[in-house]
Amino acid sequence: MGYMEIIIGGIFVNNILLAQFLGNCPFLGTSKKMETAVGMAMAVVFVLVLAGVITWVLYAFFLVPYKLVYMRTIAFILVIASLVQFVEMFLKKSIPALYAGLGIFLPLITTNCAVFGACILNVDKELNFMKTLVQSFAYAVGFGLALILFAGVRERIILARVPKPLQDTSIGLVTAGILSLTFYAFKGMI
Amino acid sequence: MAKTLTQEFTKGLWEEIAPFRLVLGLCPVLGVTTTIENGIGMGLATTFVLVFSNILIASLRNIIPSKVRIACFIIIIATFVVVTELLMQAFAYTLFLKLGVFIPLIVVNCIVLGRAEAFASKNDLLPSIADGLGIGIGFTLSLAALGAVRELFGANNLTIWTTPNSVIGIQEVFGTNFEPFTFMVQAPGAFVCLGLMLCLMNLMGSK
Repeated sequence: MGYMEIIIGGIFVNNILLAQFLGNCPFLGTSKKMETAVGMAMAVVFVLVLAGVITWVLYAFFLVPYKLVYMRTIAFILVIASLVQFVEMFLKKSIPALYAGLGIFLPLITTNCAVFGACILNVDKELNFMKTLVQSFAYAVGFGLALILFAGVRERIILARVPKPLQDTSIGLVTAGILSLTFYAFKGMI
Repeated sequence: MAKTLTQEFTKGLWEEIAPFRLVLGLCPVLGVTTTIENGIGMGLATTFVLVFSNILIASLRNIIPSKVRIACFIIIIATFVVVTELLMQAFAYTLFLKLGVFIPLIVVNCIVLGRAEAFASKNDLLPSIADGLGIGIGFTLSLAALGAVRELFGANNLTIWTTPNSVIGIQEVFGTNFEPFTFMVQAPGAFVCLGLMLCLMNLMGSK
């Protein structure tokens, strides 16, 4: 598998939100406004790449040699939770402008299945270090792309007259289905 | 105690049925429900984690310091997820392979952490068990319902359980001439189907 394939596959074909169904809570929760969607997308890119790399190192140099692979769920969630805390503290201290932008989204990422799921998928596929880095980045960009596109569509839906039982989340899910259908068209690319 | 144990149990089945009313934990709801069997399996695994983490959190709730409670809850939940993973590898390996990444993902299922924070950390042991069971069974039922709709139209089958030798369920429900509506079992169908079911729930709820 070449790097180009990983990038296109991660962003479009196996889009983490629309094809693999990971991270749907923030997808529906933060997509009502473009501003929050952009904030969430940026926070996810930042944390997912870091988490992907760190969990890979932990898995390859600690869990596998000591035969603790069955403990990976606990180990990964601990790493992600402390990473998020650490990133939050670091940003608050050194880059306050970025912290003001991402601030409220960072704690939410701990329970974002996209981050945790991507880390598990990476070690399941037995990728090497560089490929893990590229794959995590591609997944994160795919997440951001889908989230921002969806937020754009949802901002327009508010103006439309939707039947009462279909309002809010319900029409949101149907819209996500149609968006997912457009991403489905990329299936033939790889 | 404002509510009886039965009320705690039954609220999870309709009033607060997790994926529809609270719109939490959607990843497994969308990801695994291509068949009823996957839906039930996933639902039962989540119920197991929910009940046991509720039990442990309810009994330890006076010992856990409130500042680090979220971290403690996550570790307790993660422990039971690992137990589930190992049990499923031992006793239901084919199902484990089918559900794949979604079993470890129970850790980050908002429903489990949500119940721990909102209910088990504030209530006694027995109501917490009832709550965990109710929410878990409600979750299983909704997964099975969504799985049934998607499998029926998408693959023309209704499979309850598969053993290595036989399949329990009905094959080719609409007869052999029915062309399966494959859209339903693929990714876009999951979103549309859940959206329409939510609409149906809203319709019934507003009566």
